[in-house]
Amino acid sequence: MEGLLTAAELEALGLSLRVALVAVLADLPFAFFAALLLARCRFRGKALVDGLIHLPLVLPPVALGYLLLISLGTRAPLGSFLFANFGIRFVFSWTGAALAAAILTFPFQVRAIRLSLEAQDRGLAEAAETLGAGAFDRLLSLYIPLAAPGILAGLVTAFAACLGEFGAIITFVSNIPGQTRTIPLAIYTAIQAPGGELAAARLAALSIMLALAGLVLADFVARRTRTLIGQ
Amino acid sequence: MKTGVTLRHRLGDFTLDAAFEFGETSCVTALFGPSGAGKSTVLAAIAGLIRPQSGRIAIAGETLFDSERGIFVPARERRVGIVFQDTRLFPHMSVHANLLYGWRRAGTRAHDRTVDAVIALLGLEGLFARRPRTLSGGERARVALGRALLMSPRALLLDEPLTALDARRKAEILPYLERLVGETKIPMLYVSHALDEVTRLADRMVVLSEGRVVAEGSLFDVTARLDLFTGKHLLPGAVLEAEIAGHDAAHGLTELAFDGEILVVPRIARAIGDKVRIRIDADDVMLALTKPEGVSANNVLSAVVAAIREDGPNADVQLRLRSALLVARITRRSLERLALKPGTSVFALIKSVTVGGREAS
Repeated sequence: MEGLLTAAELEALGLSLRVALVAVLADLPFAFFAALLLARCRFRGKALVDGLIHLPLVLPPVALGYLLLISLGTRAPLGSFLFANFGIRFVFSWTGAALAAAILTFPFQVRAIRLSLEAQDRGLAEAAETLGAGAFDRLLSLYIPLAAPGILAGLVTAFAACLGEFGAIITFVSNIPGQTRTIPLAIYTAIQAPGGELAAARLAALSIMLALAGLVLADFVARRTRTLIGQ
Repeated sequence: MKTGVTLRHRLGDFTLDAAFEFGETSCVTALFGPSGAGKSTVLAAIAGLIRPQSGRIAIAGETLFDSERGIFVPARERRVGIVFQDTRLFPHMSVHANLLYGWRRAGTRAHDRTVDAVIALLGLEGLFARRPRTLSGGERARVALGRALLMSPRALLLDEPLTALDARRKAEILPYLERLVGETKIPMLYVSHALDEVTRLADRMVVLSEGRVVAEGSLFDVTARLDLFTGKHLLPGAVLEAEIAGHDAAHGLTELAFDGEILVVPRIARAIGDKVRIRIDADDVMLALTKPEGVSANNVLSAVVAAIREDGPNADVQLRLRSALLVARITRRSLERLALKPGTSVFALIKSVTVGGREAS
């Protein structure tokens, strides 16, 4: 790898993977809960909740980055509170990049999990109930394992989307080598620098390979889990 | 009423208003009726999957629902097992995990020996590692039955467990059901619209139509009624209990004694003294005013016309032997020609007898 990529490029690759992984894993419990709410519950204001969950799909990422900056910046009330009390700082840090990516890719996971929850036969839950399983028991023994293909599909899609995130990251946490310069930001930087075309091309090729690998992996994982849950 | 079901429930245009006895130990009650009669709603109410607007459900002395006293035991605490028509096995679990799903969650775990007994009774040993998707329809039905039994239910509800199966699979699973009925004391409610299953398994019969109970009683009394089984597909007929009186090995025949009469049927591999259940369809009974001579039929019984019901070109004639009832379906023209009236003495020629079913206790 070192022959192909420079140290800075490797750093960007590692950072991209770390940001994406942390973002999708942090999203997962919330996404599952939101999907369960949308798939299984009827309540007032459901359309509004549905809209809010899907907002990141239509919101310009730059606008999200700006909103994060004015709410979580060190001089913003929430941001200064978090920093003063817990030492948590998002701006100019890779955690901020992960937060932005997590918010933007949240709907991908919710949609995939919701679909697989809605496809589940409600009769199975009734059967489990008559066999003595309470609500939490049914969640663990039925809903989650049966939703596994959707959960994994959502994870892979969201992971791929995280790798491509640019606008919100550069606006919120800037473009700091080793901290927030993920592959898309590194490509942007390379294009800005005189004579950086070759570096940009290499990074673009790397992006394509990552995306392809992600698609192949997603397909394999989906088929494998379907077999595992007996579909 | 210590044990039984009383329900009132409205769902749109449909009103269920049914009361019947259910819940005595060692008693199989058939819940019979056309689709849309409300059978599934009754089942869901007993299992606790729906909450009826009013009524009372008590099984084996335990009140599960009482709208007046505000009692509603949730489904997961009722210990009422259901065998669903579509089996509802959990697709992501092995047969073994499916079987033990309710057993693990039962407050009072059935003894390991009970588990082994159920598994042996249903012949499930070889299926443990399989996934439900890889099972045949009959195997799936057996696993569903085992899963419901292993939760040590206080009652077992069977929702047309054989309807989804073809005739061969049905024949494969019926003996298991018969063994189960013979070996367990759990009260069972068997929902079906197939008379042959009902006559093989049930002790009592409740007929539901448009949300109401139109007949309830012993299987023998209800099946011989003339007013219930109209229409092309439902043929009246009598279900009787008979005792093996002797075998005629030379001719491959068995003699059955019932109600002081002897019926001759093709050989049944049962010991003398065993009790069997037989069904005589109305179509298989001919009537004569004088004792017929020189006929091929082996079985000629003397009887008295008890009731007549005319139905299109047919007339169903209910016959009383000594205490047992038979039904004959003849044409209305024959009815007029023979001038049959309640009280007329006749001879019934029985063309065929269906022998099936569990050993009577």
